[in-house]
Amino acid sequence: MDHGAPIVHDVFGISWLDFNLSNVFMIIVTSLIVFVLSVLGARKLQMKPTGAQNVMEWILDFVKGIVNDTMDWKTGKLFLPLALTLFSYILVGNMLGVVTNGVYENSTWWKSPTADPGLTLTLAAMVIVLSHFYGIKLRGGKEYIKDYFRPLPFLFPIKLIEEFANTLTLGLRLFGNLYAGEVLLALLVGLTSSGVLGFIGGAIPFLAWQGFSVFIGGIQAFIFTMLSMVYISHKVSEEH
Amino acid sequence: MQAFTIYSSVVIWGFHVGDMLVQLFFFALLLFLVKKFAWGPVMNMMKKREEYVANEIEAAEKSRKDAEKAAKEAADQLKQTKLEAQKIIEDAKTAGVKQEQDIIESARQEADRIKKAAQEEIQNEKEKALQALQDQVASLSVLIASKVIEKELSAQDQEKLINDYIKEVGEER
Repeated sequence: MDHGAPIVHDVFGISWLDFNLSNVFMIIVTSLIVFVLSVLGARKLQMKPTGAQNVMEWILDFVKGIVNDTMDWKTGKLFLPLALTLFSYILVGNMLGVVTNGVYENSTWWKSPTADPGLTLTLAAMVIVLSHFYGIKLRGGKEYIKDYFRPLPFLFPIKLIEEFANTLTLGLRLFGNLYAGEVLLALLVGLTSSGVLGFIGGAIPFLAWQGFSVFIGGIQAFIFTMLSMVYISHKVSEEH
Repeated sequence: MQAFTIYSSVVIWGFHVGDMLVQLFFFALLLFLVKKFAWGPVMNMMKKREEYVANEIEAAEKSRKDAEKAAKEAADQLKQTKLEAQKIIEDAKTAGVKQEQDIIESARQEADRIKKAAQEEIQNEKEKALQALQDQVASLSVLIASKVIEKELSAQDQEKLINDYIKEVGEER
């Protein structure tokens, strides 16, 4: 972790517009991988599914299960593409950081896009904003406002705080897990490459931690999708 | 060195508005693209398959019902045919019995007729024979009588004979 990040300040002369080019690069890479895999999987669709189509349908059924667990299917099917994209994007993003971290010219270029709090919080905020948007759209503004005073009116401040807390926890949970995993992997890489003794001591924990990171990556993608759907269902469902 | 590490770590995940905008834009783009090119078609295919399976089940149900109906019809027809066959056999039996009785009856009548005819013929013959016999007896008796008379018939005897004869005739009447 003793490498900097390729940050560009004040793009187009706008004082607040900073880019971390590694993030931009990884966002594009992750999106591209997800897109290519999805399209490859959706190629040659048949009545009798074979190969990649089975995988696609399994993922779809899996995410459908997540959506179905949190809300009824009538409203839930509206969010299936969102849930699918969230799941696949976060899963792929997580895995990219587990496979390797790439350093070029003393800057970390290749890492998980989900190991950046800005990006995970962006995703979380997007989910929360969408939940509010669809809450108003599907149930009307009156019901939406009323929901802040349920079940008891004096809980309103807590309800208000909850919205921000949800955003923060949703984004930071993902970031924390992934970032911790990457830090530990980077430390173990440092240990393993430090000498013969270091290699002997570091290789096995490194392998174990990498395996565990794969596990965490999958779990976190699942949790993020699940919680997103839960938050959305809180806003769009009639009763809870 | 330690301070530098912490410093660069902080720098690595600092908040950058540009990143966020890029993230939002690419996520929205990705959402749109995979929905259009990957998940949409997959979902359509799954829905199509669901419909297909439902249709197949419906068709199977229908054909099962048809088969049941056909089997029932066949059973009914078989039953009816059996009944008809039985009826035909029974009819044939009664017809046979009737025919038998007719034959016996006609045979009996024929026999009766033949018997009657035979009896009549016998009667005729008998009568004829009797007639012939009577004729013969009459002529014979006349012959004998004439012979006897020729021989020894006195006046007395003749008278007696005539009387006897008359008496006899009178008794007979």
